[in-house]
Formats: sequence, structure tokens, C-alpha cells
Amino acid sequence: MNSRLAGRAPLAFVRTVTAGAALAALAAFPAPAWAGKVFVTNERDHTMTVLDSDSLSTIETIKTGRRPRGLTASPDGKLIYVCASDDDRVEVYDANDYHLVKTLPSGPDPELFILHPSGNPLYIANEDDALVTIVNTETGKVEGEIPVGVEPEGMGISPDGKLLVNTSETTSMAHFIDTQTKQIVENVLVDSRPRVAMFTPDGKFTWVSAEVGGTVSVIDNATHQVVKKLSFAIPGVNDEAIQPVGIRITADGKTAFVALGPANRVAVVDVQSYEIKKYLLVGQRVWQMAFSPDGKTLYTTNGNSNDVSVIDVDDLKVKKSVAVGRGPWGVVAVP
Amino acid sequence: MEFTFGVLRQFPENPPWWNNIVTVPPEDDGIAGAALGVVDDNTTGRFLKQDFKIVAQELVPNGADPMPAFNRILESGAKFVLVAVPADALVKMADAAKGKDVILFNVGATDDRLRGADCRANVLHTAPSRAMLTDALAQYLVTKRWPKWLLLVGRRPDDKLYAEAVKRSAKKFGAKIVDERTWDFGPDARETGNDIIPVFTQGVSYDVIVIADELGEFGPLIGYRSWDPRPTVGTAGLKATTWSITVTGWGAEQIQNRFFRQSKRGMRPLDFQMWLAMRTIGESAARIRSNDPAKLREFIFGPSFELAGFKGGSFSYRPWDNQLRQPIVLTTDEALVAASPQPGFLHQTNPLDTIGFDKPESQCHFTGQ
Repeated sequence: MNSRLAGRAPLAFVRTVTAGAALAALAAFPAPAWAGKVFVTNERDHTMTVLDSDSLSTIETIKTGRRPRGLTASPDGKLIYVCASDDDRVEVYDANDYHLVKTLPSGPDPELFILHPSGNPLYIANEDDALVTIVNTETGKVEGEIPVGVEPEGMGISPDGKLLVNTSETTSMAHFIDTQTKQIVENVLVDSRPRVAMFTPDGKFTWVSAEVGGTVSVIDNATHQVVKKLSFAIPGVNDEAIQPVGIRITADGKTAFVALGPANRVAVVDVQSYEIKKYLLVGQRVWQMAFSPDGKTLYTTNGNSNDVSVIDVDDLKVKKSVAVGRGPWGVVAVP
Repeated sequence: MEFTFGVLRQFPENPPWWNNIVTVPPEDDGIAGAALGVVDDNTTGRFLKQDFKIVAQELVPNGADPMPAFNRILESGAKFVLVAVPADALVKMADAAKGKDVILFNVGATDDRLRGADCRANVLHTAPSRAMLTDALAQYLVTKRWPKWLLLVGRRPDDKLYAEAVKRSAKKFGAKIVDERTWDFGPDARETGNDIIPVFTQGVSYDVIVIADELGEFGPLIGYRSWDPRPTVGTAGLKATTWSITVTGWGAEQIQNRFFRQSKRGMRPLDFQMWLAMRTIGESAARIRSNDPAKLREFIFGPSFELAGFKGGSFSYRPWDNQLRQPIVLTTDEALVAASPQPGFLHQTNPLDTIGFDKPESQCHFTGQ
């Protein structure tokens, strides 16, 4: 029950380690020119850690607005968008030199957002205000607000950018929104406290995780019916601890990864058969995940152990865990 | 589709030295939680063409008979009635509503007998039982290996009931009450506390002082004044409760913010318990798309009912006594210390049933169901 209280490393310790690691990285392991970067928001430190994807050492710790949570990258990987939840804005950073390029209005308490596949606009879930806010990333203007359920959070968009799915936690619904008309076309009831919505790469299905319900609903986007409900069972782990949040599906559409929160595991699911192939042990309270640009590595944020687990997607093995700031929340990797 | 609610709250007795602008309970204690619950239900309801409304709301002065107010609520057509009244009044209301198509929620009374010998089939409890509160505390104290307790009991009947619950929990989890003392120094010992309390807590060895003083007449005075330097727990010091402004994990920051924006104050336990009652109906209505109390009841006690309550996991109702299962938080005024059940207290079906009355020990026998 009190897993959120457990396992927080003292602040000083984390700072020392990251600073030390950063120095070591600069001195001993100069990053190769082709190495990518992994950005991690630290909700409780109000910072964003930048990792070198090869050495997995900290290159930089960026001071962000208060309570940074969701983050994403522009399609070209040059800009990093961060929800600064307690500052009620979206911050845009240069992925190369880390300077704050601009801030965008977000509506109150932005938690998660998703970029249109073209890079514009940005769709933001305003958790405190039961709204989805649409912001033009070029002009910084709010283009619309769509009323949704209580505590909107999860945001998914179809590969063609025509369909947006938002989940509202207390309302327990996935709202299907037409991005052209900005109208809700259907509301699909799922299990309790839906957190994340993820389209399959073919755009045919949406996977929605339910944190309290302990399930993932697979919704057919054509009929809006729940065609499959996945549940999870891990020997030796209490059912109550299995709280699915983050979902990622490989680009070939074959394998899905589901982060199971305080169960401290990531489930590996066969997308065709819905069979659960494996549970990977990661850090404490795993929520969000992101693939590397080549799709071969998956990074998970472990909010209570203050680290990131690095998973080899082909071998389905956890290779390493890397200390970041306090309360790591979101993660994105760029080339 | 309409869902009609009634809300009834009787003001509790005010202890004499609460005349302080900060500690006086807000006039809308509880009521504000019901209001937020209706807003949350309607935000979901508008997608399902469901309309939730409070059709009658009654505030009854302390000491007055709440029955006329209750009857007015029934006459208003409310199908779901939230009541915060003393145990005797609640039993009367349940019996008056018997056979009517109405679900009552006990959102305030913690009396164990309402979940035992005096249980009623038409009452669901979102308020915790005293046994849940003291079991939650006992699990934590035992985990800390603080098993020797000095029990200080107030002069009011409710304090004695809380003390009974403490004794039951001590027995259940293997703690020992080394001495029990009754506070008998009047309702206001602020001036004399430094003289009285060292003597009152002297002459016996213990790990913690457990305070049974539900109105807070003397409990807050004990800490830092006892003969030995020992923490205070129970109704003062480290308190066991359903909700506090200190609860921010498990996504609770959202409801805390939402509540504060609505009411310009922190959410209190009674607010939370009323919100839970509203959400019980809202959540069930969304699932079964019906406003028939009998069908809702069937769903609430079925296997698919799960209520998200910002304390991790899902809440559900115990079918043997209609008590809502929920974690209990242990908190000081400023900081959350723990939430029970504590890890390691195992249960064959649901760890939440390690706090409060489990099925085999239940004294509740519903009749006429």
C-alpha cells in the first residue's frame, strides 16, 4: 500500500551521483558523434536529465519549470516539449544545446500531451480542468479546447493524425476525438483509472491501460468496441500491486510492452495472440516508457527508485539501470 | 436518466476551546465533498446522458431531532441519501426507510455496532469503523515494534467506544495495553496541562501513548507534556483517518487541487467520505446504465465493482456488513506517515480485510433480505 513512500533516495545522494557521473562521462567517455540522447523528466526535482544513449551517463541536468511530467520530441528530434505541470505551461527545449526555446500556453495542470504526427499541433490533457487543449506549436496560440471527463491524462493519436484518443482517469473513459472537427465521436467505458492510450502502428486498434482496474483494454477503432481485455498475474505479486500505466508497441506491430507500476515489472505482450510472453523486473513504480529511435532499446522511468531501466527489445532482457533525478516521470529518446 | 440524492448532516458537539479561527470546522464540512462528487459524477454522466443532482440538503443543529429532516429528504424523492448523524439516529432512519426503494450511505458514524449487531441491509458505510481506524494504527505500531501502549480515555461515551476498539486491535495484533487511564480534568486543561499531564502519564513504562478522545478535548495537549518522552497516537498526534491534506500520492494531488479550487479549503475526512458515496453511485451508474437502486446494489456487491479513491488500488464493499474497504492513512497535521494495511499483514482474499471486521468475526446478520 505505501509503495510510494518507500525507496526514495536522499536528495544529496542523487545529486552527487549524477554530478559525478556527468564529470566521468565528459572526462573518460566522450560520446561518439552518432550517439543519441535520452531525456527524462524528474517530477520531484523540477529537472530533466539528459543521458547519452551509448554510455548511459548523464550529459546534462536541465532545470525546468515546476513538476515536469509528460514530454515528447518533435518529429525531427530537434525540439523537446515538456509539461511543467505546476507552472501551467509547456516548455520547449533545444535538444542540442538544451536552451529553453519558448514556452507554450497549456491550460491548467498539463500532465501528458501528444504531437500531431506532422509536428503541429500539440494536444494537451489538462488534468485539473477536464479539458483537452489544442495548441499551435508554431504560433503558440490555443486553437481549441475540448471538454472531456474528470482528470484527463492519456493521449494517443492515430498514425494518420485523424483520430485522437484521450483517457479520463476518474470518468474511466476513452474519448475518441475527430481532429478535423475537434468533436468527440465516441466515449468508450474502460476499467477504473485509465492512464495511457496507444494506437497500434496500423492504426486499427487503441490500447488503453487502467491503473486501478489492473487491465489493458484493446479497442477496435472502427467499431469502438473493446475486443480484448488483458489482465496480468505475476507469481508472488499481489493483484492490487499490478497497476498498468505506460504502453509501447514496436514499430512492426508485433510486441507490446506494458508498465505495471508498483508491481515493478514490464509485461511483454504478443500483439496478435494477446499472450503475455514475459514479465521483466525493472525499478520501483514503473510508469512511462520510450523506445530508442532505432527501436532496439526501451527505456522505463521508475518513479520510486529514481532510476531508468534499459531493456533490450530483441533479447527481452533488462540490461542496466541508470540513476536519474527524483521521481522520474516521462522519457523520450532522440537520435 | 436522473439520479437523485439527499444529503443530511447533523452538526457534532463543539468542544469548548475550539473557538479559534483556524481550528473551527468549516460550516460545509462533508457537504462540500458531496458537491464535488456530484460535479465529478456529472462530468462522466454528460457522456452517458446521466444527470446527478442533490434534490434535498438538510443541516440539523446539534441536539435537535434529525428525523423530520430525514423524512423531508425521503419526501423529496431522493433515492440515494447520504447521512452524517449519530448511530442511534442512523438506525432509526434505516428502519424508517425499510421497504422503500432507497439506498442510505452512512458517511459519518464510525460506531462498530453499525457494522455488527445493529447493522442494516439498506445502509452502506463509506465512513470507516472504529475497528478499521485502530487496526490500521495497531498494524503500524506493531510493525515499528512499539507494542506497549498507555491508553488515555476521554470522559465521553464515544471515547470509551474508541478505547474498546483500541483494546480489540491490541489483542488482534499482539500489542499490550500496560495501563488505561481516564481523563477527568475537565474540558479545558490548557492552563493546567503542564502540571497535570506529567503526573497523569507517570509510573508505568510504555512505548506510545494511545489517545481515545474523539472531540479533541485533551488529546492535543498530551504530546510534549508526558512524563516520559513518548509519541502520541490515536485521535491526536499520529491520527488514523480516511483522508487528510497530507495525502498527495496515488494521484491524490488532483482531487486535492480540485477540491481546494471549489471550496477554498483543504478536503477533510467527512468531505472525502461523502465524495466516496457519490462516486459509488456514479461509478456503478456508468457501468450498468440504470438508476434502479436494486440493480445498482446488485452491481455494487458484484465482482466488477471497483472504486478508485486516490489511496492506491480499488475500494469495494464487504458483503457481510456493507462496509467500504479502503486503506486508512496515518498522518500528523503536516505529514503523512504511513497507510495501512501495512505490508506483510497477509489475507487470503483481500489485504484490506486485515483492518476492521473480517467475515468470520462479523456480528452482522442482515434480516429480511
